[in-house]
Amino acid sequence: MRRVLGWLDDRLGFSTTVKPLIEHPVPPTGWDYTLGSATLIAFTVQVVTGVALAFTYVPTPDHAYESLEFITQGAILGSVVRGVHFWGASAMVLLVCAHAAQVYLVGAFKYPREVNWLSGTVLLVFTFGMAFTGQLLRWNQDAYWAVVVGAAQAARAPLIGDWLTGILFAGPNVGGGTLTRFYATHVFMIPAIIFGLLGLHLYLVIRHGVSEPPVPGVEVDPKTYKQRYQELMHKIGEPFWPDAGWKDVVFALAVGSIVLVLAIWLGPPELGNKADPTVVQAYPRPDWYFLWYFALLALIPSSVEDWFIIGFPLVLGLMFILLPFMAPTGERSPRRRPWAVGLVVLFGVSVAALVNLGSSAPWSPVLATDLTLPSTVTASLTPTAAQGAESFQRRGCINCHSVAGVGGQRGPDLTQVGARLTPDELTWRILNGGRNMPAYGTALTPEEVSALVEFLSTRR
Amino acid sequence: MAEEDLVTRRSFLSRISLALSGLAAAVVSVPIIAYLLSPLLEPAPDEWRDLGLVENFQIGETVEVAYDEPSSLPWAGQTARTAVWLRRTGEREFTAFGLNCTHLGCPVNWRAGAELFLCPCHGGVYYSDGTVAGGPPPRPLVRFSVRIADDDRVQVMTRPLTQTISQA
Repeated sequence: MRRVLGWLDDRLGFSTTVKPLIEHPVPPTGWDYTLGSATLIAFTVQVVTGVALAFTYVPTPDHAYESLEFITQGAILGSVVRGVHFWGASAMVLLVCAHAAQVYLVGAFKYPREVNWLSGTVLLVFTFGMAFTGQLLRWNQDAYWAVVVGAAQAARAPLIGDWLTGILFAGPNVGGGTLTRFYATHVFMIPAIIFGLLGLHLYLVIRHGVSEPPVPGVEVDPKTYKQRYQELMHKIGEPFWPDAGWKDVVFALAVGSIVLVLAIWLGPPELGNKADPTVVQAYPRPDWYFLWYFALLALIPSSVEDWFIIGFPLVLGLMFILLPFMAPTGERSPRRRPWAVGLVVLFGVSVAALVNLGSSAPWSPVLATDLTLPSTVTASLTPTAAQGAESFQRRGCINCHSVAGVGGQRGPDLTQVGARLTPDELTWRILNGGRNMPAYGTALTPEEVSALVEFLSTRR
Repeated sequence: MAEEDLVTRRSFLSRISLALSGLAAAVVSVPIIAYLLSPLLEPAPDEWRDLGLVENFQIGETVEVAYDEPSSLPWAGQTARTAVWLRRTGEREFTAFGLNCTHLGCPVNWRAGAELFLCPCHGGVYYSDGTVAGGPPPRPLVRFSVRIADDDRVQVMTRPLTQTISQA
């Protein structure tokens, strides 16, 4: 046995080439330095479960949805495999963002690790590329409309807009050509790019070493940094494996366990309705990792929209690319970089708030056709007011306005509107509309308007 | 052999090898890129599609009518179909609107009671004639060409989705 291992080691060069790599000296670091390796493990889980799903998934519009139904309901433990792929994707998106934030906070993007940061930035972008292309492969209504909405944003690009939509659709319409291309992009193209960039990213980690935990007052100076780092490693460095690596293993195991528990307990996301361009009863919503952007697009004023849709991703990308060149030296400690801490907190809080807002989407009218006012409202109305209440439902007022907790949130809540506005003001508003309210002057008969006003005046 | 000659020979071999490899890569990418861009290079077909007899539609009503997409591939499944909102405005007058909101392309829903089109994504609202009534849409709903053929059948001119959501 010993001789076989010795033969293998001689031929493979494990103890001369690989062992020094995994035992390269690293500074003693905390748990926050495990985020990168956990992202790598999440990616590995995605590759393995993704390959398993591809054994069954049919990437054409006429059968993609059915093959996913089979994976979820028919195949043995298929729902767990799909569940791990879905929750693993969420984990990878969260971890890659947390890793970027941590590297930014401890200033590890500074000299000499600028290219570590740049390769990481591209990996971050492609992780979101995987998230976007992945949710489309479900080929449900959300997927179909996400392609259309994505293309409609690309269409805003000056000069090349129409060309970009043609590329995204792979033709004049979303159809047979679209899904196969998103599939090839999701399973071959982006993963191949990620593998290559990961190689570069990890090679650079070895080349420049793991950044030492920042000490306030100790500044990065390109003239002295490398020598100081080497001396530091001589003094306090410990072999990555196993002195630091055990933390990476424990954290990755914790992440993996959470993903597995969620996959079994909550399972993969509902497939919903099959993609059908002729079915307009749809509430297109992206997965949570794009929900914040969906909300942002609803909230920005329409006058700046054209600039924002193209400019926002460009500026964000440019900020990431320029960062290591704008601040390659100086303080690394977050205690001496309050702006950096503030920026990360602001970004995190904004995204969380926007995801929350996007999930309720109060700017959308409620499209349900069966909204009825509660009996407490309709009980003791005069005959005219009762007619007004009926119009309130039938004419779609209720789709945007709530009364006593029933209805949309697009427009103001009208539960107590009778106390706010006089009958004349109500009439004027109904006939002429407002900033975001349609004018009903031509749609309603005068009798209907006065009945509506009588009904609303009783709301106080 | 003089040392300068050796260096020149090395740099020559190095350069010619790189140049040949680059040339090979360029030659191989021509068919690949052309193949990948082929859906963009083929013109989208425009065809009249039958939507039914004029008498099937009530004056003043707006209904969704589906028809076959002319450019679809054999494996397109449900995506081989598409639709318009068709409104009969007079005895022999029809208007057809694209399904897509002009904000970001989501499907607008016609509400007969309210006589409005509502968008489920960011709250766009349109009047029955397709003009914007509220919300973020920058322009009215896209109108498709409609005609009444000799045998009293309503027909719509197909239109690629890339054009319907185009901002140009």
